[in-house]
Amino acid sequence: MCAEQAVKKKPVRLTLPEQEVMSPGHLACQGCGATLAMRYVLKSLGSKTIVSIPACCWAVIDGPFPYSAAGIPVYHCAFETAASTASGISRALSALGKTGITTLAWAGDGGTFDIGLQALSGAAERGENLIYIVYDNEAYMNTGIQRSSSTPHGAWTTTTPVKHYKKGPKKNIMEIMVAHHIPYAATANIAFPEDLVRKVDKAKAMRGTRFIHLYAPCPTGWKHAPSLTVKIARLATESNVFPLYEVENGVYKINRIVKNPKPVKDYLLMQGRFRHLTEDEVNRIQNEVNGQWERIVKLEQAFGNAPES
Amino acid sequence: MKKVLTGNFAAAYGATAARVNVIAAYPITPQTTIVEILSEIVANGELKAEFVKVESEHSALAACIGAQAVGARTFTATSAQGLALMHELIHWSARARLPIVMANVNRAMAPGWSIWADATDSISERDTGWMQIYCENNQEVFDSILMSYKIGENPDIMLPTLVNLDAFFLSHTSQVVDLYSPEEIDAFLPSYKPEHILDPDKPSSFGALTSPEHYYEFSYKIQKAHEEAKKVIQTVAGEFQKTFGRFYGLVDPYRCEDAECVLVCYGTIAGTAKEAVDALRETGVKAGVLRIRYFRPFPGEEIRRILEHVPKVGVIDRSISYGNRGPFFTETRDCLSGVQAGLYGFIAGLGGRDVSLKDIQGMVDIMRKDTPNPLIWIGVKDVC
Amino acid sequence: MAKKKNDEKPIQYRCAGEMPPLPVSQGTMRVNKTASWRSIRPRIIKEKCKSCMICWKVCPEPCIAPTDPPEIDYDFCKGCGICIEECPFDAIVSEEEGK
Repeated sequence: MCAEQAVKKKPVRLTLPEQEVMSPGHLACQGCGATLAMRYVLKSLGSKTIVSIPACCWAVIDGPFPYSAAGIPVYHCAFETAASTASGISRALSALGKTGITTLAWAGDGGTFDIGLQALSGAAERGENLIYIVYDNEAYMNTGIQRSSSTPHGAWTTTTPVKHYKKGPKKNIMEIMVAHHIPYAATANIAFPEDLVRKVDKAKAMRGTRFIHLYAPCPTGWKHAPSLTVKIARLATESNVFPLYEVENGVYKINRIVKNPKPVKDYLLMQGRFRHLTEDEVNRIQNEVNGQWERIVKLEQAFGNAPES
Repeated sequence: MKKVLTGNFAAAYGATAARVNVIAAYPITPQTTIVEILSEIVANGELKAEFVKVESEHSALAACIGAQAVGARTFTATSAQGLALMHELIHWSARARLPIVMANVNRAMAPGWSIWADATDSISERDTGWMQIYCENNQEVFDSILMSYKIGENPDIMLPTLVNLDAFFLSHTSQVVDLYSPEEIDAFLPSYKPEHILDPDKPSSFGALTSPEHYYEFSYKIQKAHEEAKKVIQTVAGEFQKTFGRFYGLVDPYRCEDAECVLVCYGTIAGTAKEAVDALRETGVKAGVLRIRYFRPFPGEEIRRILEHVPKVGVIDRSISYGNRGPFFTETRDCLSGVQAGLYGFIAGLGGRDVSLKDIQGMVDIMRKDTPNPLIWIGVKDVC
Repeated sequence: MAKKKNDEKPIQYRCAGEMPPLPVSQGTMRVNKTASWRSIRPRIIKEKCKSCMICWKVCPEPCIAPTDPPEIDYDFCKGCGICIEECPFDAIVSEEEGK
């Protein structure tokens, strides 16, 4: 190693694990939130991980045969089978006595909220030993931005055109998963990678079905500049559109209490998919967000740990 | 060790004898006793395996796919609607070259709800890449499961197998089954050691986006594996016979050597047909039976070799390819094309309708008296 | 990231016999240099950089090495601009590609 390179190796302070399991050269769009999501999750899980990936953006991002970018064994599986395929992987590892390997199911919102919900529910009820992460970009992005049951109220998609935009709130997947009495369910956001890595670390150390709802903007589908992915994601949490909380063995904990939440309008205005919304609709969404936040606060009050005196 | 077992128990014991590592299954009549007995066997510790009690057949096969991809030997069982629900993953598991073995209790498709014998369910999976066996008795169910692992796991094959048994006629009928000794079975069936597995020490991505540049060759390789399987099936059949004394080839000819008319059939109808042939032979009618064991790979050469000099051939289908003929009829006709003109296609026994000795004697009568006809419905009540 | 792997050669199959029986990928996507996707090029102004590593943290490729100062691998940078947007010191500027 020459002197110049040695200077470059001067230690820097990192707030995330330095290891990179995922490699560049992948096929994600510019500014892809789902790719940041995988990068951060693998920083925590490391290379001793096997992942099932159904039809979703990541089925493409990973790369075509004979290449892969994930850096871990990937099983591309049928759309609705992320959880059931991962169940098989996990059980086989157990049956064959292969220890120290994490089983990860990695699916988009369509593969989780919609077509894969049955398999996920089955796996969670059985208590399969796996981590299930849904990277939520709020529509079927890989097929070209069609609405899913995770698409929020007011959003344009190619199947909810402006004249008939998505009406009604997105499905509350966290509550569905909490209702399965799983040991761990958490929300996370790619704009808060330290929080995300902490949650994946925590999930990794537990057994049973662990679930993470991971918010991951999609510049292509949300109609924003690729450079704004992290900014919009941060705003989602700072406006309480996507609160960060975790439910550990039924105990609720809000991880980030925003003192002065930013107006939801700021969040909506940054994205072309909400451009058509009237003032009334924006107010309605603000009220929905307020209501949702109050609900989580109440859940924490009711089912959180009592504050230490 | 010999035991009196139903076909379903024979299937469950077959999976147990094969020392499967992971079982994933969902109950459906008339397959249910397979999952029940396997649950007991695993719970008792008689078989060290993980049993994934899934919430659907779709998840059953998905779990088998995930497990087999890690290097486990897996087993599942289903019937009719369950098999149809698995359809997507039946394609998947074959293209992924995972030698899963599945017992399918042949049952009719709804509506109307029918739990009785009919092969339409498995024949609908014809083009998926799975090998398919149709069994005549419970011993064959047990033996076929053992042999299917050995054949499917051959490095040149790496294909899954569907072992079919007729609803109730086998699934719920007790027969004597020789279960052999575990030592003999272990000597016959080595442990599963696939080349490509999900392994963090050698990370590979399975089933990624595949361009037209490569997809075509993967399809070609599945066809080549099926062709090769015909040889491997014969070899394994020979080994099996050497160890256990029973021979199972691609086809099972019965009194065909000098036959003037042969009935081609599959599943339990063959038992009745063989009995009918014995009776006919006593009256001087030179009849024979050719039971097709393997529907995929289809033993066209063997069928042709046995039937090319037989003047009249009738095919009995317990299924129908709507808008055409019986599926075994069209496949048999295809391999006899140019050598055999006297062909009769019989549809019989759909939805569990009994196919009696008299019905089969009637088919032989038609073949002896009438001109060839590709589509004859036996016993249909179309005239009052 | 700075370390290059030896297995970055494209894999070519001349015939079916050379191919595995199933689509199993053993090559790395590092063969796919995504530089051509870029229309803007981020450039780190060393004088302004405080080596806070936020650019390293937010890069979705990832193609920024966590060194002091950080180093962008232009073989892979797609020019998404997240590093430019997120840099708290305005130490990364956007330049039009090809100029």
